[in-house]
Amino acid sequence: MKFQYLKNVVTLAMDQDKCNGCGICTEVCPQQVFTMGDSVSSITDRDACMECGACARNCPPQAIYVRQGVGCAYAVLMDKLNIKGKCCGDACSCSLDNIPDH
Amino acid sequence: MMSTKHKKLPMVDDLDNKCCQEEQSAVQSEDAANTNWVTGCVETAVGPVYRVSTKLDQKDLLGSFKARWGLDRMNYTIPPGLYAIGDPHSSSPILVSANYKLSFDYLRRELAGLNLWILVLDTNGINVWCAAGKGSFGTAEIVRMVSVTRLSEIVSHRTLILPQLAAPGVAAHKVRSQSRFNVVYGPIRAEDIPAFLKNANKAAPEMRHPYFTLRDRLILTPVELTAMAKPIIILAMLFFLLNLASSLVGSNQLLLPSLIDQTFFDLAPYLAAMFVGIIMVPALLPYIPGRSFAWKGWLLGILWAFVYTFFITSQQGWLAPAAYFLTIPAITAFLGLNFTGSTTYTSLSGVVKEMGIALPLIIGSAGLGVIALIAKYFI
Repeated sequence: MKFQYLKNVVTLAMDQDKCNGCGICTEVCPQQVFTMGDSVSSITDRDACMECGACARNCPPQAIYVRQGVGCAYAVLMDKLNIKGKCCGDACSCSLDNIPDH
Repeated sequence: MMSTKHKKLPMVDDLDNKCCQEEQSAVQSEDAANTNWVTGCVETAVGPVYRVSTKLDQKDLLGSFKARWGLDRMNYTIPPGLYAIGDPHSSSPILVSANYKLSFDYLRRELAGLNLWILVLDTNGINVWCAAGKGSFGTAEIVRMVSVTRLSEIVSHRTLILPQLAAPGVAAHKVRSQSRFNVVYGPIRAEDIPAFLKNANKAAPEMRHPYFTLRDRLILTPVELTAMAKPIIILAMLFFLLNLASSLVGSNQLLLPSLIDQTFFDLAPYLAAMFVGIIMVPALLPYIPGRSFAWKGWLLGILWAFVYTFFITSQQGWLAPAAYFLTIPAITAFLGLNFTGSTTYTSLSGVVKEMGIALPLIIGSAGLGVIALIAKYFI
């Protein structure tokens, strides 16, 4: 059963010229967004992307861009209202600004 | 809390107790010593490493249950460090895990009969996926723990097997350059690990895609129900005050028992609305039309408002339907929207987009609905 979320919204982008064909994007993506071709990978199901950032983070030549984020309405709301740490008891919530450069 | 150097583990048999009585090595934490899930010690070049059981007992099951209901969940952790499954040696595989005990238990129960190492990171008690998103299950933490546990002195190979869902937080190539250990991404589900290991660390395609079955969806709901405790109490008090005010203002003075009864009656459709938003939306998720979660919640709310207004309540007039059709779907839409944080597939961009549309509508509808609801008590 393939779950589908909103269409045409994600920030995923790829520069195929930089791709070295290692295929790690196809391994780490939990949504089967990429397909490996003869020598490079390509985005074949863009709307399935959940912007987890696994692909971009693991791409050695940095051929992939995505604004990494957590698809959680509660976190977005808490961030907008400036209420910290309600979710997992952490000092910060899962909001965009709080994702460190790791 | 430090105990004496020669502390004896109560569950360790005579063959093993020598290694555990020796000086605590850097890889171990005191706190793991007296737990139900540690079954002994394994000697390594660096010192003793606790061996953990691959069976979950009553205490573990009770702990899982409490965690699912959000009871003391943030303390449901284990000490970070290196642990052993079975009888691992220097060429045994290394699996990497988070220090949320639920994650750790779900992992170790699949490893019966195997011999391997588990490197537990300090993810502040957060599970793999969320910790990866936040960065605590990250490149830096892996590099740190490899160093702290002196892993390169314990194993002769240089491979770490990570859960695939750690990938958002880990740059495999950076772990390699900073720690000399290669990262291999294992399957999503722990139950696929034995097959993965047998297959020379190659994952079948199905192992790389998460499930989101009915059971998967429902198991995420109890914790949301628990979160309703406070709002329910507040709502009950508000209804009580409304009934009290109505009774004082009107000619029909109600006694306290009737006031309490009436409060329950008034609360009932809203308790049901919470059930619809928290349980029914996740349960029926793939079958409710539309892709937006707020929309799915709103649809079920309209359905319930319809059933309640025209088949259950005996209230007359137009104020009651107005109140219910405006407030109930607003609640269920909001609760449905809230489920986005528990899914395997929602994107931040999508959530932001639907919130931008849904929230103003929810607030507007709820606002009008509350006016109608209050008016109902006095007109």
